[in-house]
Amino acid sequence: MSVFIILIIISVLVAGGFLIAFLWSVQTGQMDDDYTPSVRMLFDDELKKSIKK
Amino acid sequence: MQQNCYHCGTSCDNSIQVEDKFFCCAGCKMVFQLLDDNGMCNYYDLSEMPGMSSKGIFTSEKYNYLDSIAVQEQLIQFKLADQAHVVFYLPQIHCVSCVWLLENLHKINPGIIHAQTHFERKEIKIVYNPSKISLKELVQLLAFVGYEPMIHLWGNDWLKKKKVNKKQLFKIGVAGFCFSNIMMLSFPDYLSTSVGDLGSLRPFFVYLNLLLSIPVLLFSASGFFISAYTGLRQKWLNIDAPIALAILVTFGRSVYEIFTHTGSGYLDSMSGIVFFMLVGRWFQDKSYDSFSFDRDYTSFFPLGVTVLKEGKEINKPLSEIEKGAILLIRNNEMITADAILLTDGALIDYSFVTGENAPIEVVKGAKVFAGGIQKGPAIEVEVLKPVGQSYITELWNSPLLNAEKNVDKSFVHPWSQYFTYVLFSIAIGSGLYWWWVNPSNIMTAITSVLIVACPCSLLLTVTFTYGNVLRHLGKYKMYCKNSSVLEAIEKIDTIVFDKTGTLTNHEDTHLVYEGNLLPKLIASIIYSVTRASLHPLSQLITNYYSTQGLDMIKVENIQNITGKGTLANCEGKSIVIGSASLLMDHGIKVIDPSAGVFIAIDKVYMGMFKINHVYRTGIHEMIKRLKINGYQIHLLSGDHPTEKNNLVHIMGADTPMLFEQNPNDKLHYIQYLQSKGHKVMMVGDGLNDAGALKKCDVGIAVTDQTHLFTPASDAILEGGMIPSLDHLLKYAKKGKTIIIILFILSILYNLVGMYFATRAQLSPMVAAILMPISSISIVSLSALLSYIFSNRVGLKN
Repeated sequence: MSVFIILIIISVLVAGGFLIAFLWSVQTGQMDDDYTPSVRMLFDDELKKSIKK
Repeated sequence: MQQNCYHCGTSCDNSIQVEDKFFCCAGCKMVFQLLDDNGMCNYYDLSEMPGMSSKGIFTSEKYNYLDSIAVQEQLIQFKLADQAHVVFYLPQIHCVSCVWLLENLHKINPGIIHAQTHFERKEIKIVYNPSKISLKELVQLLAFVGYEPMIHLWGNDWLKKKKVNKKQLFKIGVAGFCFSNIMMLSFPDYLSTSVGDLGSLRPFFVYLNLLLSIPVLLFSASGFFISAYTGLRQKWLNIDAPIALAILVTFGRSVYEIFTHTGSGYLDSMSGIVFFMLVGRWFQDKSYDSFSFDRDYTSFFPLGVTVLKEGKEINKPLSEIEKGAILLIRNNEMITADAILLTDGALIDYSFVTGENAPIEVVKGAKVFAGGIQKGPAIEVEVLKPVGQSYITELWNSPLLNAEKNVDKSFVHPWSQYFTYVLFSIAIGSGLYWWWVNPSNIMTAITSVLIVACPCSLLLTVTFTYGNVLRHLGKYKMYCKNSSVLEAIEKIDTIVFDKTGTLTNHEDTHLVYEGNLLPKLIASIIYSVTRASLHPLSQLITNYYSTQGLDMIKVENIQNITGKGTLANCEGKSIVIGSASLLMDHGIKVIDPSAGVFIAIDKVYMGMFKINHVYRTGIHEMIKRLKINGYQIHLLSGDHPTEKNNLVHIMGADTPMLFEQNPNDKLHYIQYLQSKGHKVMMVGDGLNDAGALKKCDVGIAVTDQTHLFTPASDAILEGGMIPSLDHLLKYAKKGKTIIIILFILSILYNLVGMYFATRAQLSPMVAAILMPISSISIVSLSALLSYIFSNRVGLKN
């Protein structure tokens, strides 16, 4: 049964890792804009082609 | 042939052409050529006709103040020798093409290192090399491609706003993490009676839970404690007080149970409640980033002005203008202080201040007022009063406006007070009962009641419902400042409308010709003469004739008299087009000399063009419906009463209508209505309504383009939605109905919980089931009901 202790500690640590990732993403402003990136990712490649032709 | 401008989509003829593309004006063509030269025509592929119409002549002197170091220091956030960061608000951003163009500006000017837009906030962050491109050149480039930044020296206010939002997200993240882990660790406990004990592992689970709940109590829930404490200090029991108490009691009892080994506590319920309530608040508070509801007059005024000193043009910030300074006001620039006119040719559009339609001619030596916009050649004025003491700016210093808006406390708060009283009586009642039956159960019963009956479901109901209603209203182009606006709308019984720009459409002016019928030849002559002029009124006349298929005729001896009109010869006839005074100067008798454009051929008065604003369609029906719904309607107009007959038809004969109201009159009228006990809503636009909008209980600013500046208000409504105003108000009021329905539901949940709690049988499992079920059902019902109601009030168009 004591293996539970190790498993639970691991699970809390993994979840904690995700929490830190979330806090980091908020801190670095990744949650500031939830629309423009979705538009931006559609640009680049397609654009270069259309210039060439 | 009728064409649409390839750049901005304005309908135009085919006189300006590049390859197979047509343009409405030279400005649009220049922007197209700039983009074409830089291989950026992708701009036109992403959306059709994405450009901004760049009418008028672009004056580069306008931005000279950006060369001043003091201004630069305020605007530039971060600066190194070869790198500077600056953020601009670009209200014109509206489509994918905008984002693409703005983020590819570095292709046009290599001095721009990087540009990143924020679509919803309509902001752009530009990193540029100040040794290659100056701030002024950068702004000029933006303005040239059609995105003229609204530059304001905000200071760092908007940065602070961002930080607050981040803290809220941190709290939600921490609460979510702790809640889900505590839930998982508590799971064996729920099943412990049937599956078997955890035995020696139990303390580990329980203490880990306790450890995880501490950040929830101290960090995530801190907002509730602070709010409850400030409420209590003002001797006022707000909705956060019982919530804070419930959180504390739940935590206290859990700690007691854990350390006395009598149970494992209700930490899962506690962290769950906190998590759900934080999400609710965040949902409700999501604001419209690109709107600003708190503008004062400084938002309308330019930042810098051109001062003439010993024949030289100097750029100065607005605040440094002193009495006696001589200002140069160019075409389409705003007069920033009350002043005396020193030159001829002033044609001033006061529509901003008074709501009056037509520009007014002002003669040399007369007074001009701050807020007027010069239409025509550059003029010089001598400042009479500093900016802050001008007629229009003094409105803001009026003591009437400095009083806080009487925001009534939300109807939810008295409810939560009753709720708290009832809660305490039940807790004490069950305590008394157990004291009599079995005193060992007293504390269990009392704490169970406080845990189970936490008014969190009430708070969830309110936050989620208002959040949903605000979102639905936003879908129909009504953007409210916050949820307390909805509660204020609930109480409104009187609605005051402004005329110009509110009931009429600013963009859609049409000319009415009054007088002798003009033969086709004469019409062609007028068309040819006005086409050659850049004056706004001439352009209106040109538009008036452009659809009639008239021929161009060669016009001779065109003589423009600034601010008055045009003289010309054509086909052997002499033509005078212009103001009444111009015609009278030439000895022509004018019938009814008022505002408008007068026409005389061979010294004989022919007729005049009057500018009429077009009333929006559906106003009449909307007013009717509002009256049926029991609202009192009033009309305040800054304009002349010439339209009165039309308005009686639209508004009904029983509507009080006041004309020639200046901003102060409007403000006082609102105050008068309020003093008679009415709750007043003002619907208006422009600076002339700003005082009234601020004074009334709910101020709705109307705008035809959301990117234009609107005065300080509680809500912003897009002009096209005015005919649906009654539906919008009806829907805004539905919020309370939804809340009442859901509140009854949450009381039912509470009764179930009470049943267990008063019998001192509240097991952690019952609490753990009841809490998420009630929260989730309330949240989803709130979304469902707000959707159903939005369809039912007739908002679907």
